[in-house]
Amino acid sequence: MAEAEVKLLGTWSSPFVLRIKWALKLKGVEYDFIEEDLQNKSPLLLKYNPVHKKVPVLVHDGKSIAESYVILEYIDETWKENPILPEDPYQRAMARFWSKFGDEKFLPSMWKFFISQGEKREEALVSASENLKILEGELKGKKFFNGETLGFADISLGWIVDTVSLLEEIMELKMIDEQRYPSLSAWMKNFSDFPGIKDSFPPQERMLTKYRTLREAYFATTRGTN
Amino acid sequence: MADKVILLSSWVSAFGLRVQIALAEKEVDYEFREENLFDKSPLLLELNPVHKKIPVLIHNGKPVCESSVIIQYIDEVWTNGPSLLPQDPLQRANARFWADFVDKMIYQCGSRVWKNKGDAQAAAKKELIGILKQLEGELGEKPFFGGETLGYVDIVLVPFSSWFYTYETFGGFSIEKECPKLLAWVRRCNERESVSKVLPDRHKVYERTCGLKKRLGLE
Repeated sequence: MAEAEVKLLGTWSSPFVLRIKWALKLKGVEYDFIEEDLQNKSPLLLKYNPVHKKVPVLVHDGKSIAESYVILEYIDETWKENPILPEDPYQRAMARFWSKFGDEKFLPSMWKFFISQGEKREEALVSASENLKILEGELKGKKFFNGETLGFADISLGWIVDTVSLLEEIMELKMIDEQRYPSLSAWMKNFSDFPGIKDSFPPQERMLTKYRTLREAYFATTRGTN
Repeated sequence: MADKVILLSSWVSAFGLRVQIALAEKEVDYEFREENLFDKSPLLLELNPVHKKIPVLIHNGKPVCESSVIIQYIDEVWTNGPSLLPQDPLQRANARFWADFVDKMIYQCGSRVWKNKGDAQAAAKKELIGILKQLEGELGEKPFFGGETLGYVDIVLVPFSSWFYTYETFGGFSIEKECPKLLAWVRRCNERESVSKVLPDRHKVYERTCGLKKRLGLE
């Protein structure tokens, strides 16, 4: 039996891995998923991503590609069906810009809010809310960040759909409410209803346990040092 | 209609310099506007409200922000010049990977070398040497990261060479000694006018960093 020509090394919970699964699903690409234990990295992972030793890693015909954006662009350039990036160079630049914003500004601000306590938590909430307003402003009037259909920026920001709800449940507050963020709220629904995305999120109960545990661990290390 | 291209940047920004090299490689005429990073212009704040940072490329009135996004935009718009990224998807992925590596590693590590003292500085220095050696390994025997000619990774990395003297002087080490092949690559890049005409003098970068350290109260 021939080996699958496409393999994806990842973990069940990583949002960076999930975006690759979405892209492969949208393009109709069959692949083998290899679950990695990041506390005990496999020789395969160390071989295919020696520089960062992280997931996701895509292996195509024996050649490895690492870093989720790099992988997304590779997937789009290799399998031409259902393009993820638009054709126009300016629209492509915007898609890349918003993807970077999501990972380099918004995600760290959400994470900081999630693991902070006391005064630092209030500051972190202000920062995360500002970033949410920026995303709301960018979406206004559009069904997806990409326009009428789901694209690169949506796939990159898609982690918001389940992760923010998760963090909201653990922290017992609502961050993305319909009143303040009507476009983002609509986008979250449109995104999760999209064929290929639906039912693809990792099991919520398992995620809740994982993130609750992580948060407790952070609180324990900072207890008494504030 | 002729293209109108403006670049908001600073003479000392490695991120801005890479955009200048890309524009020069493509022979694009543009207006350079120096920004004072302690007194940002209303135009910069208007066109990059999210990050308020340079560089910002303004092409026929439309802004593009984030240097790696700008360079890919330049490559996709001005297609009659040399290609900055390779054609093959796997090679493009490799170029993007190493450009991302440069972006993630050099600036923050290099900054820690000149900003810190003692153990923190020693650790940053060791890390920086490690990063440069990894890049040297990726270069291998090729004349450029892009192969026979200057490419995306070369353009993204070479502006940091103007900072080498600063890192070396503050950190007390020699990059040439640690990474001779990388220095040979720097000299090769400087044979191209697109690079040599744009990169600032290393002593000016050092003086400016000394001034910045004072201003930030880091002495």
